[in-house]
Amino acid sequence: MSLIGHSVPPIFRRGPAPLVRLMVFVAIALTMLVADLKFRYLEVMRQSLSVILYPVEMAAATPADLVRNASTYFATLAKVQKENAELRGERLRVGERLVQFEQMSRENDELRGLLGMAQRLEARSVAAQVLYAARDPFSRKVILDRGATHGVDAGQAVVDATGVIGQVSRVYPIQSEVTLLTDKDQAIPVTVARNGLRGAVFGAGRGQLELRFLPANADVQPGDELLTSGLDGLYLPGLPVARVMRVERDSQAFARILCLPLGGVESSMRVLVLSRAEPLPPMPDPAEALPIVPEGRGAGSPAEHQGEAKPTNPKAPG
Amino acid sequence: MQPTNRSRRILQPVKLWFVYLSLCLALVLDLVPTGRLPGVPDWLALVLAFWCVREPLRVGMGTGFLFGLLVDVGHGAAMGQHALAYVLLAYGANGLSRRVLWFPPAEQALHIMPLLLLTQVLMVLVRLVAGAEFPGWWYFVGSFTGTLLWVPLHFLLLLPQYRPADRDDNRPI
Repeated sequence: MSLIGHSVPPIFRRGPAPLVRLMVFVAIALTMLVADLKFRYLEVMRQSLSVILYPVEMAAATPADLVRNASTYFATLAKVQKENAELRGERLRVGERLVQFEQMSRENDELRGLLGMAQRLEARSVAAQVLYAARDPFSRKVILDRGATHGVDAGQAVVDATGVIGQVSRVYPIQSEVTLLTDKDQAIPVTVARNGLRGAVFGAGRGQLELRFLPANADVQPGDELLTSGLDGLYLPGLPVARVMRVERDSQAFARILCLPLGGVESSMRVLVLSRAEPLPPMPDPAEALPIVPEGRGAGSPAEHQGEAKPTNPKAPG
Repeated sequence: MQPTNRSRRILQPVKLWFVYLSLCLALVLDLVPTGRLPGVPDWLALVLAFWCVREPLRVGMGTGFLFGLLVDVGHGAAMGQHALAYVLLAYGANGLSRRVLWFPPAEQALHIMPLLLLTQVLMVLVRLVAGAEFPGWWYFVGSFTGTLLWVPLHFLLLLPQYRPADRDDNRPI
């Protein structure tokens, strides 16, 4: 600092040249981008920064809350009474179906017991409210008011009254971020309800979904309903996902199948976070497979069933 | 504070705590969940550009990087996306400061507009390379509203410096 006995006056002390500093910062930022987008190494850093930012976010969300609640404040008594009457009617109808459902559920358990099949999967659910849409304009995400402390976990399915709307992609202590089905490349394994054909649905932008990787002659028609297959071990099987809107069979190998989500993907405010009460049994390890018995001796060898892989391997949660 | 040909009033030196307070307030404004409302300006980029032009010796790329990371976390964007954009914005604004300050606020805004636009284009490029969906042309309207807000912001952020050191009704300035 002091070349000839004097310290440099602070006005001349500016550190490295601006261009050098720019290069350093750009290099750090690019490294972080790659580490985050490609390898997801920075989740710990994001979590700790989000804890610091949480009070700021809460303060920022207040005006949005006010706007949202304004309609509730100004609702008239008549409207509320009407809605109350409707809800009472709805409860009666649903109650009747619930009794029926419980009876059928018991019956199903007994029949499964008689057949020696595994019991049906139990679901665990957390009711949550959509706080707001995430500000990132490049993705379709919403923030829920339930987080890790309420038992929400990354990868769980988020449904509304009519169907699946997305998947929990990031969990914060008391909030969680849901990637909607319509987000580009968000995947969900499905079956066609009519014939059990398996496939995977991907977000296609503009509020639409696309059923990909089905051959051009696959038996899919407009109007077919798609349900979750549950093959990924995350979603519960049988949740309604989408309805096929248009099927284009060009000369290409794959059909282009566009679907519309059944759930209110971009509109639902109250949602359920669903998960399996217990995880699926682990995948069999190929190394443990029994040696293939030469033909003619062990026709029913278990080894035949071991090599079965999952037909679709959707994008990992998050 | 650099002399400008238009400074008819002598400004007080800036207080560093006020700079950071305004940046933090801009961060809060940036985190207000406006959903997909088009034309919401990037408040932090605007305030950062302002201080980088005004105080190039004190506010620069480091500040931009730090606040960029906070915005990344708050928006749930890719880590480093805003940091990268703000670092370049700060570099550009620091470089422009000696030139821009000679213009009145309305013309300063015209100098800032390409910088704000560049920030947004950079973020779009980063995310498109990473495979995200194009957010639509409405996304860029934010830069133009930001430009319009430059003049009121200029007045607002300089208010503490307009005040005289000690109140005196007989003094000319």
